[in-house]
Amino acid sequence: MTIYVRRKQVVIPGEPLAYGRYEYQGPIYTVRQRLYSKVIGIVEVENKKKITLIPLKGKYMPKEGDVVIGKIVDIGLTGWTVDINSPYKAVLPVSEVLSRPTDAVKLDLSKILDIGDLIVAKILAFDYTRDPLLTIKESKLGKITKGTLVEITPVKIPRVIGKKGSMINLLKNMLQVELVIGKNGRILVVGDDPLMEAWAVMAIKKIEREAHIPGLTNRIKKFLSKVKRGK
Amino acid sequence: MHSEKPIKLLDENGLRTDGRRPDELRPLKIQIGLLKNADGSAYIELGRNKIIVAVYGPREAHPRHVVIPDRAIVRCRYHMAPFSVDERKSPGFSRREIELSKVIREALEPAIFIEEFPRTAIDIFIEVLEADGGTRTASITAASVALADAGIPLKDLVAATAIGKVEGRLVVDLNGLEDQYGEGDMPIAMMPSLGQITLLQADGRFSGEEFEKGLKMAINAIKKIYRVQKEALKKRYVEISREVLESE
Amino acid sequence: MNDKSELIISKIKKETILSLLRKNERIDNRGLEEYRKIQITTGLIEKANGSAIVKLGDTTVITGIKIQIDRPFPDTPDRGIQIVNAELIPLASPIFEPGPPGEDDVELSRVVDRGLRSAEIIKLDELVLIPGEKVWAVFVDIYALDYGGNIIDAAALASVSAILTTKYNKAIVEDGEVKITDEQIPLPIGSIPVFVTIAKIGDKLIVDPSYEEELVMDARITFVIDENDNITGIQKGNPGTFTYGELIEAKNIAIRVSKKLREHLPPIHSE
Repeated sequence: MTIYVRRKQVVIPGEPLAYGRYEYQGPIYTVRQRLYSKVIGIVEVENKKKITLIPLKGKYMPKEGDVVIGKIVDIGLTGWTVDINSPYKAVLPVSEVLSRPTDAVKLDLSKILDIGDLIVAKILAFDYTRDPLLTIKESKLGKITKGTLVEITPVKIPRVIGKKGSMINLLKNMLQVELVIGKNGRILVVGDDPLMEAWAVMAIKKIEREAHIPGLTNRIKKFLSKVKRGK
Repeated sequence: MHSEKPIKLLDENGLRTDGRRPDELRPLKIQIGLLKNADGSAYIELGRNKIIVAVYGPREAHPRHVVIPDRAIVRCRYHMAPFSVDERKSPGFSRREIELSKVIREALEPAIFIEEFPRTAIDIFIEVLEADGGTRTASITAASVALADAGIPLKDLVAATAIGKVEGRLVVDLNGLEDQYGEGDMPIAMMPSLGQITLLQADGRFSGEEFEKGLKMAINAIKKIYRVQKEALKKRYVEISREVLESE
Repeated sequence: MNDKSELIISKIKKETILSLLRKNERIDNRGLEEYRKIQITTGLIEKANGSAIVKLGDTTVITGIKIQIDRPFPDTPDRGIQIVNAELIPLASPIFEPGPPGEDDVELSRVVDRGLRSAEIIKLDELVLIPGEKVWAVFVDIYALDYGGNIIDAAALASVSAILTTKYNKAIVEDGEVKITDEQIPLPIGSIPVFVTIAKIGDKLIVDPSYEEELVMDARITFVIDENDNITGIQKGNPGTFTYGELIEAKNIAIRVSKKLREHLPPIHSE
């Protein structure tokens, strides 16, 4: 068993990572016991037994249970088509919007959700053979009425949340904003002060850019302090 | 291909029209991620070739009926700008561009994990801004990097070069004059880590031995090109790190 | 058919743009008469007689110039030829479809062509070799590389910059035969036009609309201005409308703004 890479090494597609029976997580493939990277990313080695590869970029692949932020792009007879920043367009049926049973034919759907509206939704089902199915019937889901939307590469979303929510709490406390984080790379920032909202957007973009560089949380703290003092 | 040669393609010292030895590559530069809209992009300069590649995808395919239920379709559009060649080229698509779009796609597709994205499309757009021999292989080299830049999972990068024959000698990385006035042209693309060849064409005349020797020369050249691709990709990550740590 | 979701702006974003405009502010902190950052690089394409790459904010365009000897058009036997071809290739944006030139490609080609021609930036009557038989033909090929709004002004800057820095081989006529010499000369330049595109959003007029502003705008108007503040081209676009007062204001804005924009152009005959 050998490992060819160092901790926190940047690897490229086709680069051999290790040889032998290792546990692995991330975009890695194996050929005859040799592990290779599928993407540009940073590799982490745990206890010489587990190899984790964190990609630099990637599209959002829908997963059941994920909370996502979507944009209504079309209205059909029985529901809406929703852009969820993914190679797959999602479907939101009327039955997943209204609590009471309705006769869809009698409704003007555009009065409930119109083209251009943003929603926080949850993915009910997705199996690659059909478009992902959404719902907004649970609590904390529904139409978005205010805030600023920022889009980052979905792969970096965990960094915006941070270990046990450390990063998202830092932003909330220092800027007095609420963050709704979509697994599909979209984040809604809601604050009473539009300036704070703007700074939150800047901080999130900074997190996206520097996610792979150690010391991120401290840098963001410093950045936010500087920005607030400048006010 | 077999037009009258106005010039000597090899001088008394066996050096080529641009001063290169037979096994020498032209200067190669690759820039990554220069376009904002594309999911991945790369710009390559190989000698006087200047080519820009944009990758979009995986994304919804339009029209929707072209999708395949269990994998992504890969589409490729190779086009030469009218000002990229000596005599201005008409803007439409020539038969050559149509064929090259196909073989380039077939050179890159084996490297892509297309089964991970059923019912989607991966679009590769290549625009040759200046051409000087070997544009299809330079396009493949750049497109492979653009695919990696887009975060699309790949088995390996793909690197490519063209072997030529001038005055009876085999040469690597044909330039424009050698392509036009030489005796043979053999483009080759390969996944370097896996040793798998994904593109092979030839015109002109090669003996069996020349073919074998040419293939070997190409594989060596492809390994060198691969190193440049690798460095360019890693550089992107490292660049940002350095900026940040220096500003601390 | 293409992805319509990129053409749909969220209502919240649209509302943000509108509410900022009511305070005379824009989402990218620009002034109403301010252009985005402009970068112009000339001479990159050696095989072209002239070339320029323009970055206007997030919009990138390349123009290449090729000059060849050709037969003149039958109705203008004593004038050279100018042909402008623009393509909004799918490489530049998910909203551009592959295929033959559509109405947007053609509009762009013709608007740039008219603006250049009316200003007579290239003095076509000085490009004649043998009247009725051989003239110089100047091909201006414009390719979008990255679309972030206001392609017209970017394409115009690229085309004008490329024309100003073009070099080609001088030809002389000896005994009724055209002989191409080794001497490299610039194109005969007349007046230099500057294109200014203004978008109307609500009752505000803003210069150099970004992509998102274009999604919200009611209408746009492009004025082509020469060095003497004359108008050598106008094109109104989009299905919205302008009042008389708005048109006069837009014209004045265009003339004002054209001066600063002109400073970005390369000097005539430079590299």
